[in-house]
Amino acid sequence: MTPPAKAPLFLERVRYRQRRVRDAAKLTPILGMVLLALPLLWSGDETVPESQTLIYVFGVWVGLVVIAATLSHFLREDDDESTLGEKTD
Amino acid sequence: MLTFNLLVAVALVYVAGLFVVAFLAERQAASGHARWLKSPLIYTLSLSIYCTAWTFYGAVGYAARSGLEFVTIYLGPTLVMIGWWAMLRRLVRVGREQRITSIADLISSRFGKSTQLGVIVTLICLVAGTPYVALQLQSVTLSFAIFAQDAGTVWQAGDLNAAAGWVAFGLAVFTVLFGTRNLDANERHHGIVMAIAVEAVVKLVALVAVGVFVVWGIGGGPSTIMQSIEASPIELWDQSGGRWATLIFLSAAAFICLPRMFQVLVVENADERHLRVASWAFPLYLLLMSLFVVPIAVVGLDLLPAGSNPDLFVLTLPLSQGREGLAMLSFLGGFSSATSMVIVATIAMATMVSNNIIVPIWLHRFKQPSAVFSGDVREVILLSRRISIACVLALGFIYYRVSGGGTSLAAIGLVSFAGVVQILPVMLGGLFWRGATRIGAGLGLSIGLTVWLWTLFLPSFGAGAIIPTAVLENGPFGLGWLRPQALFGIEGIDPLIHCVMWSMLLNSLFFVSGSLLSFPLPLERLQGAQFVNVLDRGTSASPWTVADAGAEDLLVMVQRILGSDEAQAIFQKEAERQGKTGYLPEVTTQFIEQLEKRLSGSVGAATAHAMIGQMTGGSGVRVEDLIAVADEAAQILEYSNRLEAKSAEQERTARALRQANEKLKALSIQKDAFLSQISHELRTPMTSIRSFSEILGDTDVAADARERYAQIIQDEAVRLTRLLDDLLDLAVLENGQVTLNKQSGIMRDLIDRAVQASGAQSGDLAVLREPLAEEVPITTDLDRLVQVFINLIANARKYCDRPEPKLRIVVSERDFAYHIDFVDNGSGISPQNQQVIFEKFSRITDQGKAGGAGLGLAICREIMHRLGGDVSYLPGQYGTAFRVVVPKT
Repeated sequence: MTPPAKAPLFLERVRYRQRRVRDAAKLTPILGMVLLALPLLWSGDETVPESQTLIYVFGVWVGLVVIAATLSHFLREDDDESTLGEKTD
Repeated sequence: MLTFNLLVAVALVYVAGLFVVAFLAERQAASGHARWLKSPLIYTLSLSIYCTAWTFYGAVGYAARSGLEFVTIYLGPTLVMIGWWAMLRRLVRVGREQRITSIADLISSRFGKSTQLGVIVTLICLVAGTPYVALQLQSVTLSFAIFAQDAGTVWQAGDLNAAAGWVAFGLAVFTVLFGTRNLDANERHHGIVMAIAVEAVVKLVALVAVGVFVVWGIGGGPSTIMQSIEASPIELWDQSGGRWATLIFLSAAAFICLPRMFQVLVVENADERHLRVASWAFPLYLLLMSLFVVPIAVVGLDLLPAGSNPDLFVLTLPLSQGREGLAMLSFLGGFSSATSMVIVATIAMATMVSNNIIVPIWLHRFKQPSAVFSGDVREVILLSRRISIACVLALGFIYYRVSGGGTSLAAIGLVSFAGVVQILPVMLGGLFWRGATRIGAGLGLSIGLTVWLWTLFLPSFGAGAIIPTAVLENGPFGLGWLRPQALFGIEGIDPLIHCVMWSMLLNSLFFVSGSLLSFPLPLERLQGAQFVNVLDRGTSASPWTVADAGAEDLLVMVQRILGSDEAQAIFQKEAERQGKTGYLPEVTTQFIEQLEKRLSGSVGAATAHAMIGQMTGGSGVRVEDLIAVADEAAQILEYSNRLEAKSAEQERTARALRQANEKLKALSIQKDAFLSQISHELRTPMTSIRSFSEILGDTDVAADARERYAQIIQDEAVRLTRLLDDLLDLAVLENGQVTLNKQSGIMRDLIDRAVQASGAQSGDLAVLREPLAEEVPITTDLDRLVQVFINLIANARKYCDRPEPKLRIVVSERDFAYHIDFVDNGSGISPQNQQVIFEKFSRITDQGKAGGAGLGLAICREIMHRLGGDVSYLPGQYGTAFRVVVPKT
């Protein structure tokens, strides 16, 4: 048993980077939502062909898969991840 | 021509193959070397049960009717998977830490292990899931019918029903065989997971093969296909925005709320790190499944006669082109999609029904069962699970029969989604908000269920089928604001959006306000903290503050659920961990908590808690305990208390060591003294023997002197012999070579003999006795015991330093032994000497007045140990006192 330690307020470079990777992982779904909502703005615009929308949606999909694969490669569990720790940067 | 019989044969062979795969996987897992069974790839593939027959056949139909909208069903799960770090990781961790068995169990466990919440969630899942199972039966049956039609026979309703019945029966057999092998729902169903992984590959390969054939075989390449997509009558993109967003939300929410998805995502998850791979691999799988949907729809509409069912294009398109092999593959793909979904959904729902409904009722009704034997509850649970599986499939079949298989596939799927999504607010609230309470959850779930039933589920049977047309148009009892498809008078919204919007809003509203206004039970607060803080390590309070249950009672109860072998193994392991031998560990709060979790994995949180509660008196945790644990100051205090306890313990050890060291030092000094003493003892008689024998050697010694000298030589020799005898006696006793000669006698006679032999009657020692107390029988080696008595009496005679020495001999009787105390009126033995008097060579006074070598007491102790008793110094008797303890027999 260890006494409850106060988490440090600032982190060194590696753990700082790790925190940002986590932020990115949490934000990717939001990016996806925004990108997938974009075609809704085109609907009034007759100049965009329908097959273009198809390609766009699948393109975003592929992009999201690539981002997720990259991020999951860099995400690490081992670093302490208590909520105490989350408040430090 | 592909005959129908051949198709049936292929399907049967395929099913047999799945049985073999499942069986082999089970055997591999049982033999222990099946690491690949637990690989992230298998996990990802098992997630593919999200793609049911609704995907395999229905997606093309969906695209033919509504264009690109079908992708929303797969974009939702994609967003959830790529955001795994924020949400799924937490869910999976909770599932493992709390040994969650189903989504109903999750909700019940989070809100104070409430049975009622478990029942509500089970009902929601059952109502929403049954149509879905029916849908799978329908799609398999329809695909059979297509082939029958192709072979020249048109199936009637009776044939369809019979086929659906056989499929349901076969699935029930498979699921019972491989889904109820072990009771612990938390243990992986390796056979089933492996089978659905194989099926996942088959359906992906089948759909991609059809797609490739359509694009390159018929369509003439990607660019041509793009042109035909532009030219086709399908409105690819006709979005108002509301439906697009709602459907993405709906599919994302359903992805985590569907019982079968929860089963593969959380319950069957072997390792949290598998999520890392699945986070991108599963979206990729979905992408590949969706890639060729639009081309197939476009080409199908183009080539097939008008009016053919677009839901079956995946089958009919290859058939119409004469590609029977491809059609067969496609059939197997659709068959796989349907069967894998039904199997997992059935297991998930059967677990919920049996753990949350049947077992609580059974336990309630048979609280005091007439005959308790190990494994009896286990058998009941397994049986109930098997019956539940059969019932769920029967329900699906009945629904299929009743609904007549009319509505298009996609519609049923979305209705189901909207139903299970009612669990979402409570689930998210439970995972992220500690303030969520049982009352709030119950309110939210009930309202959500009601709104869903009223606005979407019941109307989905068609106007007038269940809800009369008049009610649909004017509301119940003429209350216009309660019209099923225009709540609060807001008309003109798409029925699905209408239902999802209102049910989610009202559900969340009641959940949140109910939580804000109510006060949670201690157990709810404890569970809330454990769920919300699941990613923090090492913050936990035990739900049990009292551990007054007997280990044996607990073992009996655990045996009833887990069977005797497993239960005993758990108990023995814990006993071993505590450093005890045997099967019964000390019952600590941690052990009870661990047991409860173990049982949760089998019977669900609520039942496990209730059963443990019965054993421990049912008190559980109190508010004060929570506060004590939560308080950080208390934690620090406890920490320092523990440190103190630890240092006290170390001090005790150090003290014991110091004591031992002092004893060793004293003994060492004693030994040196003894050695010089014994040399002296041996040399003195030897010297006189030598000198007197020299004198005797001279011839001119008077006869009387000669006799005197011979006498001296003899006395000294006797002294020497006695010393050597003592040493020998001790050595024999210590080596355990002595044979005991057991006899029966009366204690009084023994003491008489001892007093006589020790010469105490000569008058220099007064012996005080209690003849009545001595009148007791004893069975032991009497001669040896007398030897001990003689020694003790002789010691008193020799060492008692009073002018009028007295020795009191007191015999007292205990349960299994006699205590014989020898107490004289001497000055006693000092505490430091009390420790060493029984050691060899030890002698308190070194004046050698007794002529002994300090072996007497050592011999006594050895003898008493051999007799199964003891002799020890008895302090506090105003004199030197020894107590002999000798067993009665």
